Amino acid sequence: MSILVLAEHNNASLNAATLAVVAAAKAAGDDIHVLVAGSGCGAVAEEAAQVESVSKVLVSDDPAYAHQLAENISTLVAEVGKGYSHILAAATTTGKNVMPRVAALLDVDQISDIVGVDSADTFRRPIYAGNAIATVQSSAPVKVITVRGTAFDNVAATGGTAAVEQVAAAGDAETSAFIGEEMAESDRPELTAAGIVVSGGRGMGNGENFEILYSLADKLGAAVGASRAAVDAGFVPNDMQVGQTGKIVAPELYVAVGISGAIQHLAGMKESKIIVAINKDEEAPIFQVADYGLVADLFEAVPELTGKV
Amino acid sequence: MKVLVAVKRVIDYNVKVRVKADNTDVDLTNVKMAINPFCEIAVEEAVRLKEQGVASEIVVVSMGPKECQEQIRTALALGADRGIQVQTDEKLDSLAVAKLLKAVYEQEKPDLIILGKQAIDSDNNQTGQMLAALAGLPQGTFASEVKVEEGKANVTREVDGGLQTVALNLPAVVTTDLRLNEPRYASLPNIMKAKRKPLDVKTPEDLGVTITSTISLLKVEPPAERQAGIKVGSVDELVEKLKNEAKVI
Ligand SMILES: Cc1cc2nc3c(=O)[nH]c(=O)nc-3n(C[C@H](O)[C@H](O)[C@H](O)COP(=O)(O)OP(=O)(O)OC[C@H]3O[C@@H](n4cnc5c(N)ncnc54)[C@H](O)[C@@H]3O)c2cc1C
Ligand SMILES: Nc1ncnc2c1ncn2[C@@H]1O[C@H](COP(=O)(O)O)[C@@H](O)[C@H]1O
Repeated sequence: MSILVLAEHNNASLNAATLAVVAAAKAAGDDIHVLVAGSGCGAVAEEAAQVESVSKVLVSDDPAYAHQLAENISTLVAEVGKGYSHILAAATTTGKNVMPRVAALLDVDQISDIVGVDSADTFRRPIYAGNAIATVQSSAPVKVITVRGTAFDNVAATGGTAAVEQVAAAGDAETSAFIGEEMAESDRPELTAAGIVVSGGRGMGNGENFEILYSLADKLGAAVGASRAAVDAGFVPNDMQVGQTGKIVAPELYVAVGISGAIQHLAGMKESKIIVAINKDEEAPIFQVADYGLVADLFEAVPELTGKV
Repeated sequence: MKVLVAVKRVIDYNVKVRVKADNTDVDLTNVKMAINPFCEIAVEEAVRLKEQGVASEIVVVSMGPKECQEQIRTALALGADRGIQVQTDEKLDSLAVAKLLKAVYEQEKPDLIILGKQAIDSDNNQTGQMLAALAGLPQGTFASEVKVEEGKANVTREVDGGLQTVALNLPAVVTTDLRLNEPRYASLPNIMKAKRKPLDVKTPEDLGVTITSTISLLKVEPPAERQAGIKVGSVDELVEKLKNEAKVI
């Protein structure tokens, strides 16, 4: 049987998160189809057709899918997906919003945020803020799964030559409507895809002080993240939160500045290859996971570091 | 307007859980339990809607063994009006909880159902979405703001790129994110008063739901431990290590 991957996109281009989902799909089976549901999303379908290992792209182009409203997308995915062995999507806010609905419509449990595929029916996933890894087996006729992108290496975005087929839309539930959005604009790399991440916590003191982190990040070509405390205090917007209930990152280098290292924060970054912590409290738990710890006042250490890298 | 709030009993968020030596599960013996933090935010939101005169009654529901009555009492002390415990000792996956909640929804007919976005034990982030699908309702997940007016709920959602606002026809399902509100503490008089608030006990059979699961837990292991690192004495040493040892810059 084949595997269906739900593409993540903005109607203009394919989000790289989908490439990690295809990688997870390859570990579970070999005939991989991608569903692109959107509005005016033809370019996304063309892009998806070039992704390595994809044999077919299904496109449903309809105004009801313009904003990925879960009420509308889920009925389409359940309809299209019921003949497949697996339906996979990225564990992004879009995937998390849609996939449990798909699972419920198909009357199967959903497996969230997998980090490993042991076989076609057995998967590994973190539980309890990553303090334990569960291995679970699914007997569901269709396995509905979200995939943690940082745990799989993206497949190549090009090289594939899949056929593109149109599928009929499944209608508009007309129970919800898109009103608007405020998207963060940034020239820095995207947090979950960046090779280097510099994150600030409550120790930054206020939003203006984040400028010293932005300077360091720009010198390093890094993305900027934050702890929950920094977001709650209004220093930075919510989309910068790293952790159990925020974004999961696993860059080559993670620099935690003025962050104590609560388990909920560690859950979002402890798979990073190299961790650096800068904190004035030598007892801070972040030092237990840091490869290189610097006990120092961040307001002196960070500008000095920016000057020297 | 009636609001239904679902609360889950989970390990306290401050506790670092350990895996059992036989790798069958995590060890919860003598571990401090509490109301799931996102559910506390859900209760607080319902109480604020009542204080604003938008909600008239708040019903709080929890599924699980008898002990989850403690978390229902906590919610009652925070301002909910009455509680329902669905008594079961079986392991509940999110779909089973969603089916039980759908049955409660059909009996209670609330206009708004508020859940946490995720339980901090399973980290599933599924139940609200599943309930919405089963009941054919719209959903506003990961909410950081909820405004109810003219038969609609306007929900601002925390999404990966920033914030998104959707309008939902009522009845609707909302799941809470961290910035929705800051929950209050229950006062001693309210804790006492909560003891006298009504708490009904029902069984899955009463609700006509059979608990099933398509998932079996094969094993639970501790995560890979990180190698202990070192402390560097200066920014110069840090830069040297990052360049020559780790080779990441
Ligand atoms: C349900 C739930 C979900 C959560 N989800 C998340 C999540 O996803 N992500 C997350 O991050 N947290 C999350 N948390 C919160 C988490 O428990 C911690 O409260 C939070 O991570 C603390 O942030 P912090 O380290 O910035 O702040 P603090 O713990 O206050 O630490 C600040 C640190 O800055 C240091 N410092 C202060 N001034 C300086 C200075 N001048 N120079 C150097 N160091 C300085 C201090 O020594 C201290 O170690 C969650 C909590 C709950 C209950
Ligand atoms: N056993 C339960 N009883 C009541 N509510 C629950 C239960 N399990 C999950 N929920 C609700 O569903 C939310 C999300 O849980 P989950 O989808 O399991 O991560 C929780 O915050 C609760 O509001």
